[in-house]
Amino acid sequence: MQRQGLRTWLFLAPAGAWFLCMLVLPLIVVFVFAFGERGAAGGYVPAFTFENFANLGARWTAFQNTMVLAPVGTLACLLIAYPLAYFLALRASSRWRTLLLILVIVPFWTSILIRSYAWIYLLGGQGIPSLLNALGLGNPRLINTPFAVLIGIVYGYLPLMVFPIYVALERLDKRLLEASSDLGSPPWRSFLQVTLPLSMPGVATGCMLVFILLMGEFLIPAMLGGGKVFFIGNALVDLFLQSRNWPFGAAVAVALVVVMLVTVAAYLRFTRRWAGGRDDVSLM
Amino acid sequence: MRIYALAVYLFLYIPIGVIALFSFNAGRHAAQFQGFSVQWYGKALTNPFVVDALQTSLTVALSSAVLATLFGTMAAMALQSVKGRLRLAFDALIYIAVMVPGIVIGIATLIAMVTLFDWLNPILAAVWPLAEGAPQLSLGYGSLIAAHGLFAMALVIIIVRARMAGMDRSLIEASADLGATPWGTFRQVTLPQIFPGILAGFLLAFTFSFDDFIIAFFVAGSQTTLPVYVFSSIRRGVTPEINAIGTMVLAVSLLMLITAQAILQRGRRAG
Repeated sequence: MQRQGLRTWLFLAPAGAWFLCMLVLPLIVVFVFAFGERGAAGGYVPAFTFENFANLGARWTAFQNTMVLAPVGTLACLLIAYPLAYFLALRASSRWRTLLLILVIVPFWTSILIRSYAWIYLLGGQGIPSLLNALGLGNPRLINTPFAVLIGIVYGYLPLMVFPIYVALERLDKRLLEASSDLGSPPWRSFLQVTLPLSMPGVATGCMLVFILLMGEFLIPAMLGGGKVFFIGNALVDLFLQSRNWPFGAAVAVALVVVMLVTVAAYLRFTRRWAGGRDDVSLM
Repeated sequence: MRIYALAVYLFLYIPIGVIALFSFNAGRHAAQFQGFSVQWYGKALTNPFVVDALQTSLTVALSSAVLATLFGTMAAMALQSVKGRLRLAFDALIYIAVMVPGIVIGIATLIAMVTLFDWLNPILAAVWPLAEGAPQLSLGYGSLIAAHGLFAMALVIIIVRARMAGMDRSLIEASADLGATPWGTFRQVTLPQIFPGILAGFLLAFTFSFDDFIIAFFVAGSQTTLPVYVFSSIRRGVTPEINAIGTMVLAVSLLMLITAQAILQRGRRAG
């Protein structure tokens, strides 16, 4: 028994040390730095001040953009993903279902950089706008607008929304739908009173995942927003890599993590209200 | 309903398809296809910056995936017999590693490592026996592998554990009852059953590291990974060469993913 315990410890040690050195300690450092002062040449001078947090307003636009486009993007993903998840779970033939599901998940695991780049290509001057122009529909400016960022968001995060909703719908007891229709409910009523409420845990999981990842987004606004649509992530890159104001950047990062924790807490409260709120999501 | 699904699939795949198509464009023009050619692939693969970045990306992805798979599998196995607080702490760490956005991981690693190096480098220089040539610690391969390894390890632990949950425990007990050593049981009973999970975890870890931009952007130091190179060239404009690089990157991830998926599906059927 003694040997068994020793082996367990030896097996856990490398991963444990890695998590400690690369996750726990760096996050503590960010937290400590957020209360520090900026050195003359950038970097960090130890101090204990709340000034960085009081200054968060200086980056208000970034917070504002994020807090508008992240919920709007989450909602857009939800509206597009739900019918697809419904189709996959309840309408698609079982022969094709696995393949169709894999086709949804695969883009999520490929480079978001290249996928956003594809939209620069499509929305840029020689892409869709020139196509519309040739059709006589005017020559709208698409790239470097909030709309372009929204398209990039939906494109990037749709798979993450489809999957949990699919899982919830797939687990749904089909006999409930039969019962509902046998008792004379029209299909739309069965949907509103049976399918939709029972799929809510999946909807909540999908929304939380997409919302959390969106708040930390940097690439999509940087590539499709052209510096005009500025997220918290873009502010962080600027503060750490350009203006090298580490303590202020750390404070922005702490604020971001706090908003995320609040979201997760709200999600946990929300899902606990549903019976059997356990909802394991795996993306493979 | 079907038409709707088809439209969503088109939305997901047309942009990728357009990139792939135009990577074979003979001309420079972004909107007109002027004949088939592989010249941009040739250009990309002879560009020393691209080759260098590709080498860095492959080294980092391979090292972090190997380390993450080894240590992650070990941890997943050990966690089976761990209960109580230690178990809770590990579970929490795994989920934090997966949920904290890459940008925060990148920033945290950057400032923690730079601070540590600023503090260690003078000490190293002082204790170095020779007058010159004391090693200077800086961001680069080490920080890239360490930061990518974190997420990759969490990923491997989650996948291998899911695989273990579906495993037949009675076989392990039977093997022990029949007098096999723990190592023998591991090699002949446990390993064959969890191997699909380990392999799939490795492939996903590799894909994650190979595709990651945001963490590398912060911790790459003087190194350049392929995504970091692509990002900085996109800022200078859209070129067919980037289409060719992008298509190759997508092809590598697709290959890895399809293999991982096939292994997991087959494992599921066999198990």
